[in-house]
Amino acid sequence: MKNRVGREIPDDILKDKNYKAFETTEIGHPDKQRVAPIVTVTNGDNKVVNSIKEIVEKLVKDGMTISFHHHLREGDQIFNDVMQAIIDLGIKDLTLAPSSLTNVMNDMVVKAIKSGTITNITSSGMRGSLGDAVSHGLLKNPVVFRSHGNRARAIEEGKIKIDVAFLGVPNSDEVGNANGMEGDAAFGSLGYALMDAQYARRVVLLTDNLVPYPNTPASIKQTQVDYVVKVAKVGDPDRIGSGATRFTKDPKELKIAQMVNEVITHSPYFKDGFSFQTGSGGAALAVTRYLRQAMLDNKIKASFALGGITKPTVDLLEEGLVNKIMDVQDFDKGAADSMKNNRKQQEIDASWYADPDNKAAMVDQLDVVILSALEIDTKFNVNVMTGSDGVIRGAIGGHQDAATAKLTIISAPLVRGRIATVVPDVTTIVTPGDSIDVLVTEVGIAINPKRHDLLETLSNIPGVPVYTIEELQQKAQQIVGKPKALEFTDKTVALIEYRDGSLIDVVKQVKD
Amino acid sequence: MEIKKTALAGTTESSDIQITLSKGNDGIDVDLTSDVKKQFGDQIVKVITDTLNKFQITNAKVRAVDKGALDCVIKARTITAASRALNQEDQINWEVL
Repeated sequence: MKNRVGREIPDDILKDKNYKAFETTEIGHPDKQRVAPIVTVTNGDNKVVNSIKEIVEKLVKDGMTISFHHHLREGDQIFNDVMQAIIDLGIKDLTLAPSSLTNVMNDMVVKAIKSGTITNITSSGMRGSLGDAVSHGLLKNPVVFRSHGNRARAIEEGKIKIDVAFLGVPNSDEVGNANGMEGDAAFGSLGYALMDAQYARRVVLLTDNLVPYPNTPASIKQTQVDYVVKVAKVGDPDRIGSGATRFTKDPKELKIAQMVNEVITHSPYFKDGFSFQTGSGGAALAVTRYLRQAMLDNKIKASFALGGITKPTVDLLEEGLVNKIMDVQDFDKGAADSMKNNRKQQEIDASWYADPDNKAAMVDQLDVVILSALEIDTKFNVNVMTGSDGVIRGAIGGHQDAATAKLTIISAPLVRGRIATVVPDVTTIVTPGDSIDVLVTEVGIAINPKRHDLLETLSNIPGVPVYTIEELQQKAQQIVGKPKALEFTDKTVALIEYRDGSLIDVVKQVKD
Repeated sequence: MEIKKTALAGTTESSDIQITLSKGNDGIDVDLTSDVKKQFGDQIVKVITDTLNKFQITNAKVRAVDKGALDCVIKARTITAASRALNQEDQINWEVL
């Protein structure tokens, strides 16, 4: 059947996997049953295990669901070491359910799929050789992509039942009190991993830094942890976070950032006590700089900044322009260090951050968010999952979740090389157009016609031309020409869930 | 027109295309490498072929390494490569342009 955003969702998937097709961005006030994990009781005396092989042999069995977090990003060592041990032991038919997959994990996942070790995957996203392999049909069962908030929801409601969580931490004591802030592999917030620690049947911490008991502050607590494994190295500190964040000099990105700033400061939401979330892209970082000046000029302070945090946001906190940072992950060393030292930078878990089935998530209180897009179409639907060739190379991240903000801005260049960003129909719908309010490109902005109020307030900003989104799409096409339609086979290789667990789109195998 | 020598124009910077022309005897044979081949491959080959035809080049081997160039860039690089291959770079054929 076709869902409400016009995407054909195969009937057998709806039936076999008991899915609903996407209908609305409204969550409403349903009653939701949460699940609780089985606890194997211990007094904590014998939690330390000396090798990954030993813990895998003890806990992992055919057919289980295992999880990891991605806070160590491209510096992660834990994932590859644990997966290699699992492959070596000949374990089969696992479901891999990490918070996301980074490039450093790609080759290992491909290997584990080929050996039959992994037969199902749910993740926020995937890129590189893994995305390419999955898009070419390597995995028999479709990958399920969920946003960070949706993963938290699915775990709480028992849709993802984690049997064993392998969580790399930069420090822990022998009973399992740990945080993300101290040690060689420090990465700051443990936000995504906190879900696994709370709900997995078995929680295994892996650390290269055993510290005296009791370890505080404890983000993950001894009450949640079954085993602590001492490993040689958790990760490569140089690759965990990018170093000093560099401001872009790209004139196109600066122009976009400037216009984003104009849109924000001319919107009704720019007033004392407002809140915002920016991503980590070049333009988003530049927006933070322009926004800082606008806040100083207008004597406006923000109540909180949310989401993935970077040093420029921390600078605003230290300057007193932002009162609190609500931190689910840290993108650079400056942000990670700051969490240790600044009480106003609060670690939050993925549920608190963005779970829709909640007694209010932080994103529900968010005023302004700036998000990116690989593609955006004339219905304002956004694709952050598949490239212009139809191959998986992205992640939902918090896109669908944060897009529920009162003012959701997509910042994107009109074209990238010969690829149009503004298109008649996106290849894959990740975030529905109903959530998107304004598109900002280097040539001007388009306002979602559903936002009559914004059409009025944003239409006469000097230096910010307003177009319809159809006009922007036409402009893009005039530059790059009309591309030939992509070809796909009938095989579904991935399912895109909306944050409420309904199906908003599917990804088909590419035809080569 | 006969190609006199192998000639090259363009770079492999993003949004550029590198065109190498050499002698051929079986029509215009374009060997294209491009990240956007699926969407724009036919169009790129057409621009190159049309441009060469204006030079009355009917036999050539073309190696094209595309980095997302727009049609105007593809045309410009092909014209330059063709002028060089025909030893005409000092006597630009303005009618073709």
